[in-house]
Amino acid sequence: MTSSSKANSSTEARDPREELPDHLGALRAFALSLTRNSASADDLVQDTIVKAWSNIEKFERGTNLRAWLFTILRNTFYSDRRKRKREVADPEGIHAASLYEKPAHDGRLAMNDFVVAFDQLSPEHREVLTLVGASGFSYEEAAGMMGVAVGTVKSRANRARARLAEMLGLEEGEDILSGSDRNSLAVMGKSGVAAA
Amino acid sequence: MYSDMADEKPKSSIRDQINQNLKKVYEEALQEEVPDRFKDLLAQLKAKEGEK
Repeated sequence: MTSSSKANSSTEARDPREELPDHLGALRAFALSLTRNSASADDLVQDTIVKAWSNIEKFERGTNLRAWLFTILRNTFYSDRRKRKREVADPEGIHAASLYEKPAHDGRLAMNDFVVAFDQLSPEHREVLTLVGASGFSYEEAAGMMGVAVGTVKSRANRARARLAEMLGLEEGEDILSGSDRNSLAVMGKSGVAAA
Repeated sequence: MYSDMADEKPKSSIRDQINQNLKKVYEEALQEEVPDRFKDLLAQLKAKEGEK
């Protein structure tokens, strides 16, 4: 089928839609990181494919097709979410995290503990970590996809990592919580303001 | 063996641990087989395009 010879000018002449099959796996992985549910992830990928197909003329040839597809997917995800008004806005995952119990561990992270903690993050935090931490996009590319400034991506990623570390009882999180709770809250509040 | 060093750079090692786990989660998702419905959908879209 599609031999991904990412060679030269031949890719320019080609209809980018021909390349969609190459990106299905990555789209689905990204959708899973946002939804944490395979049925919703599949629906999201389906909507993304249809939108990409019918708006392909808006894709700028020579730019990163995967980044363009990821942008459609995440925009679809957030607009669906806004439509479901019943859902309480919890961008920092504060409510979700309050129901969560820290795992006991010996300093080395168990995969399962990590997954459970990752599930507790807000989609915004899972998104930024997936883009810059897992799928190898640069901060600049992530900023373009998320429609925010590069600095916002960096601070959001830092806060997401800090929250994970805190939930997992790793040292960085322990640092945040050391001293009185009031101090730690003040610190987090400040960084939150600077970041958002 | 590396415990002394780990004390000096706790932040970067936590960051590494988190990144490694993020990659694992993502790669596990990538390894899942892509459902046929997407290939079918692409075939349908393509067929529709041909009718025009």
